[in-house]
Amino acid sequence: MTVSARPTTQPAGPSQRRTPQQASSGHRRITRSSILFLGLTIALFVSSLAAAGSGQLPIPFAEVVGSFFHHFGLDIGPMPTHPRGDATLWSVRFPRVAMAIVVGAALAVAGALMQGIFGNPLAEPSVVGVSAGAAVAAACAIVFSLTFAGDWTTAVCAFVGGLVTTLAVYLLSRADGRTEVVTLVLTGIAVNAVASALLALLMFLGDTQAREQIVFWQLGSLNGSRWQYVAVVAPMAAVGIFVACLSARSLDLLALGERSARHLGVNVERLRILLIVVVALLTAAAVSFCGIVAFVGLVIPHLIRMVTGPGHRILIPASALAGALALVIADTAARTLVAYADLPLGLLTSLVGGPFFFWLLRRTRRTAGGWA
Amino acid sequence: MSAALVARGVALSFGPVAVLDGVDLDLHHGEVVALAGPNGAGKSTLLAVLAGDLSPDAGKVEVLGRPLEEWRLRELARHRAVLTQEHHISFPFPAQEVVRMGRAPWRGLAEEDRDDEIVAESMDATDTTALADRAFGLLSGGEKGRTSFARILAQRTGILMLDEPTAALDIGHQEAVLQRARREADNGSAVVVVLHDLSLAAAWSDRVVLLSYGRVASDGPPAEVLTAPLLSSVYDYPIDVIEHPVTGDLLVLADRQAAAKRKEDA
Repeated sequence: MTVSARPTTQPAGPSQRRTPQQASSGHRRITRSSILFLGLTIALFVSSLAAAGSGQLPIPFAEVVGSFFHHFGLDIGPMPTHPRGDATLWSVRFPRVAMAIVVGAALAVAGALMQGIFGNPLAEPSVVGVSAGAAVAAACAIVFSLTFAGDWTTAVCAFVGGLVTTLAVYLLSRADGRTEVVTLVLTGIAVNAVASALLALLMFLGDTQAREQIVFWQLGSLNGSRWQYVAVVAPMAAVGIFVACLSARSLDLLALGERSARHLGVNVERLRILLIVVVALLTAAAVSFCGIVAFVGLVIPHLIRMVTGPGHRILIPASALAGALALVIADTAARTLVAYADLPLGLLTSLVGGPFFFWLLRRTRRTAGGWA
Repeated sequence: MSAALVARGVALSFGPVAVLDGVDLDLHHGEVVALAGPNGAGKSTLLAVLAGDLSPDAGKVEVLGRPLEEWRLRELARHRAVLTQEHHISFPFPAQEVVRMGRAPWRGLAEEDRDDEIVAESMDATDTTALADRAFGLLSGGEKGRTSFARILAQRTGILMLDEPTAALDIGHQEAVLQRARREADNGSAVVVVLHDLSLAAAWSDRVVLLSYGRVASDGPPAEVLTAPLLSSVYDYPIDVIEHPVTGDLLVLADRQAAAKRKEDA
């Protein structure tokens, strides 16, 4: 450490004081992020249109593009040649793709937020049981035929269920201002167990139709998505993601621990409550019509961190884009892998996410030097 | 010298244990005050109360003449910085970004324009520039301590609270950290620092506040507080204080002969 007698105030401008190394590292990160954002946006747009074209009634990519732009009054590309092509796109395919985008973005951001609040890279709505909690409350709405809020009833119930579960997990799994991996995972097991029991009870109580719908939830699927549902879920996700982006800087500081974040001016208690509500909102948005789609919130933020580093200002919007992209692709796979069958989406994400979670668990244990 | 920080009659109990019991403390601009005392004497707890992390059961704390609870957190963060003992981080932020977090309270103000310059200066002063791109979590204990100190410096506050800033540091870096703290005080800041090494406290502080069982056992210039009889009684261990023959620095040492004798007698 040099103990130079240089005065504290330096007249030189910021650019002059920056060492070349720091300047280049900052520059590198910015370029990387802009490439990532650009790439994700293009990939999301292209894959969404490609997804809309594939299915039992294949529609060529150019015609999908044409139908899309014509809808907005732009005379670009050819219209679908099949007589039912345009109608199929706008009444079945596009709402489903839109739902995949909304749900993917909501789940990935919910995961990134949870990891930030818990200070733990393994926190995720489905792992800790928040998705299951939201699903229980949503199932109540079905079984007891609740309609107090019209189209929004299921979503409102899912939100309340998600909020109660998030708060419970948060209070149960924290000690000394942070959450250890073991405590978090074990809390998740306990919460998931209770939620499964309640779901089983609801299935027992419900009629055949309700039972079928609950089973469909547990598997997670975008089958039967309609614009009406998208109109409920999209505003919830939009509000949640917007608030998440606004909280990004505070989340960075929270990584230093609660005390240090407070010393840097973050109102930790307020931030925590706000973000727990946002996590519940985002999870409810995903769960209310599509059921439990697990591990998206775990895998996506983690991959983004590997590319751009842990800063939440980039992590949160990039996770939203990447989550949307991942679900568009996964859902297309779910409905095209097996001809004339619509595989449950949750099955696919768990098939990929489960092993990833295991790998992450092993790695976290190793780098943290124990189960901390 | 105006008062930066005033604590009066601060008392705090954890269950039946009175950790702090009527502590008074004054911290003025331009001075370094060392908090010393045995393990469990209440040094870190006192610092946590002064920082606003813990609310005392009784007594009051004022920062720049205003009661602590009336401050908005962000405004307070522009006036005082706190170096905690633990340097933990949840995600692999590079060291440079950790130091930059110290600039957060200044966001949106004119001072923000100097962020790059201040971060570079703080890292230079703590010898952490070479660590800039390394993940904070993977640094050694001493490197983490210096990076955290750089973050505190980057906050550019008039009050510094340092909880064992020299822990895990080698002797050269210990000196450099305290020398920098000294310089901040000479430039008008108020510095309160928890120190275990009493020779360091003697060398770098204007005043030593010696805590014992949650009370102030003594408060004054190092030469008055750091005396063999007082220290031996507070630490319950024979302690010798000698003057360096050339520099006149106070050296606080364990009196091992007396300790061995005491053991034989017992």
